[in-house]
Amino acid sequence: MSKEKQGEDNGRPDLEKAVDNSRRDFLRKVTLAGAVTVTGGAAIYSGHRFEKAKHNEGMVRVLTEDNRLVEIPVEQMRDFKPDLKMLQTRGREGIAGRRWVMVIDLSRCRNARKCVEACQSAHQLRPYEYHINTLVMQESVNTPAFFMPKPCQHCDNPPCVSVCPVDATFKRQDGIVLIDNERYLVCRLCIAACPYSARIFHWQEPTQAEADKDKEYNVELNVPQKKGTVTKCLFSADRLREGMLPYCVSACPNGVFYFGDENEDAVTNGTTKETVRLSELLETSGAYRLMPELGTKPRVYYLPPRNRIFEFEEGEKKEYKEDKA
Amino acid sequence: MDETRFNTPGEQRKIDSIAADILKNVRINRSFILWMGFLSTVLVLCLAAYVIQLREGLGVTGMRDFTSWGMYIANFVFFVATSLVGMLISSVLGLIGYQWVKPISRIAEIIAIAFAAVAGLVIISDMGRPDRLPYVFMYGRVQSPILWDVTVVTTYFVLSLLLWFFPMVPDLAISKSRLEGRPAFLVKAYDILSFRWEHHEVQYRIMKQAIRILLILIIPTAFAIHTVTSWLFAVTPRTGWDSTIFGPYFISGAFVSGTAALIIAIYFFRVNYKLQKYLTDDTFDKIARVLVLVSIVYFYFNLNEFLVPGYKLKTGDAIHLRELFTGHYAPLFWTIQLGGLIIPVILLLFKKMRRPLPMLIISLFVLCGAWLKRYIIVVPPQAHPNLPIQNVPVEWVIYKPTLIEIAVTVASIILVLIIITILSKLFPVIPIWEMAEEENEKDKPFDKQ
Repeated sequence: MSKEKQGEDNGRPDLEKAVDNSRRDFLRKVTLAGAVTVTGGAAIYSGHRFEKAKHNEGMVRVLTEDNRLVEIPVEQMRDFKPDLKMLQTRGREGIAGRRWVMVIDLSRCRNARKCVEACQSAHQLRPYEYHINTLVMQESVNTPAFFMPKPCQHCDNPPCVSVCPVDATFKRQDGIVLIDNERYLVCRLCIAACPYSARIFHWQEPTQAEADKDKEYNVELNVPQKKGTVTKCLFSADRLREGMLPYCVSACPNGVFYFGDENEDAVTNGTTKETVRLSELLETSGAYRLMPELGTKPRVYYLPPRNRIFEFEEGEKKEYKEDKA
Repeated sequence: MDETRFNTPGEQRKIDSIAADILKNVRINRSFILWMGFLSTVLVLCLAAYVIQLREGLGVTGMRDFTSWGMYIANFVFFVATSLVGMLISSVLGLIGYQWVKPISRIAEIIAIAFAAVAGLVIISDMGRPDRLPYVFMYGRVQSPILWDVTVVTTYFVLSLLLWFFPMVPDLAISKSRLEGRPAFLVKAYDILSFRWEHHEVQYRIMKQAIRILLILIIPTAFAIHTVTSWLFAVTPRTGWDSTIFGPYFISGAFVSGTAALIIAIYFFRVNYKLQKYLTDDTFDKIARVLVLVSIVYFYFNLNEFLVPGYKLKTGDAIHLRELFTGHYAPLFWTIQLGGLIIPVILLLFKKMRRPLPMLIISLFVLCGAWLKRYIIVVPPQAHPNLPIQNVPVEWVIYKPTLIEIAVTVASIILVLIIITILSKLFPVIPIWEMAEEENEKDKPFDKQ
């Protein structure tokens, strides 16, 4: 097409060409000026609005879901109350880009059971119902006994998830294995399948069932707990969403727990708040996982109980009695 | 096309006499009403226990976090196992061509139907939330053995029902004119269900073809139901269940308990229904031989299941086997193995013992042993998990079934008896036309065939 045009031009007198050119120039300039005016006007107008908004309400800076910092007027802010549908969707998806991991330093555990208590109070459990339990372990008669906090291992090849008939227990992208007690069928095959005895069942009415009757069910906290459903450690998925460490990790007075993100290669000690390199910690302290021969690939690592800070004192055995309704 | 069966006077007479023998039990008499009344009363009482469980939750059972499967699951496995006898008798032995299974095949199918149907209900009684049962269909995941189980148990139930019903259609046609004095609804039911059967050769040919297809189809289905049931356990990494031979181990055990149940049933029908002419001493002798055979196969699998891990004594296996051989479950274990398997086999090797009454007693032992064996398979492996049981109430450590669990289990057994009673009291328990056909064969001179 341009070739054709050129041919035409060549055939015209110079004067005509000049007039033509100047007309084009003129048109171009006018258009540009118009565009500038409109843009400028819009800019001034929005600036005006911005000023007005600032005077009246003020702006806030918020972080969007995809990690952008944006400023929005306060008036556009709304109280956010997640509904069940949203809690379920985000609870099943997990937190993008994370691979949560826990490291438990057995040389520091002295059976304070603060992790157990914090967990039980957060998840409405009775004193003998555990998401995390500290066990007395002894490998053989000649080796010393030690305390071992045992949460769910959040296996990467979880037997409980494989056997579930209805997708009530599932593995999230951030490595956490959760239970949806709205979906749970009560076949208890998952309890039978777990080699770590991590799962417990609500044989009785949970302690706060009456008070929580109308509360929206949060799959990341598994609260309100329901009778006749199964529950277990959730790596405190609700706390992780808020950027905090799990309940047990922050409650420990002895620095037993490290928690963090495998992708960042960093774990933070819940007591000292010291952050260390995960790979270095695992490599230098002879870390191991429970029953690796089962191929479950746990996300919980243990550091062996060597150079123990505390002597092993079993203390008095507490008797547990089942609550009778 | 016009060729019909049983139209000569001689054949008619045979039919008359056989039908009279068998149909004399098809009636609603006093003993039937009393027996059903008794069963229903017990059932209602036991169902009250289930209502309590529904209201209070599974906390009323003896199950807790460590032993989270108890009597219900053991009972479920037993029921699925026993139902396999339908396939063993009708298909395996029937397709081989043994004629002596003809009079007992319908009884075997009745047992299969009753146990398979109630097995489904037993699994529901183990669920704390039966209202969520539809979730299996709404959100079912194919990788879960539970889903396989639901599928194959229902398939097996339907196939068994068809295998009971198809061969009965000619009998219903024969019987409908011979039901004087029975309730009108029964006569009407016979009339509808006989589908205007007229004993045409074509009809027989089609029916036999259909039955043959069903007999072949039911073999893989039956193997599937019990293999899948065994996989509910074998797919978990738990010591005591983590076994590669669980499938055949369960199937061979199923044939033992099913055959024992069948012997008890045919003894009952022989004596109470006065069917000595059809359920002969010879029938008993034959089925005793079957019981010996399947028991020896089962014994062989037991040997593998216990001796091989017992030789190696890996940590978990050592604890589990010690518990069974010399520990808490030892009395039960040895009673089952000796009284329910080894001694019965030895006794049945003697001809004197292969007679109806001794066989009844032996079969009762075998059947009880089979039930308890399922309990031994299900419960003890859960008591010793890989990690120690600590900081929990003491009563959580060892599972003890509660009265409610026992009552609900009894209810399931009663329900089986009710189904068997109804099917065997309202319909002929022995195939009339097949008996007549057999007599015809006998009468035929040898030059034919």
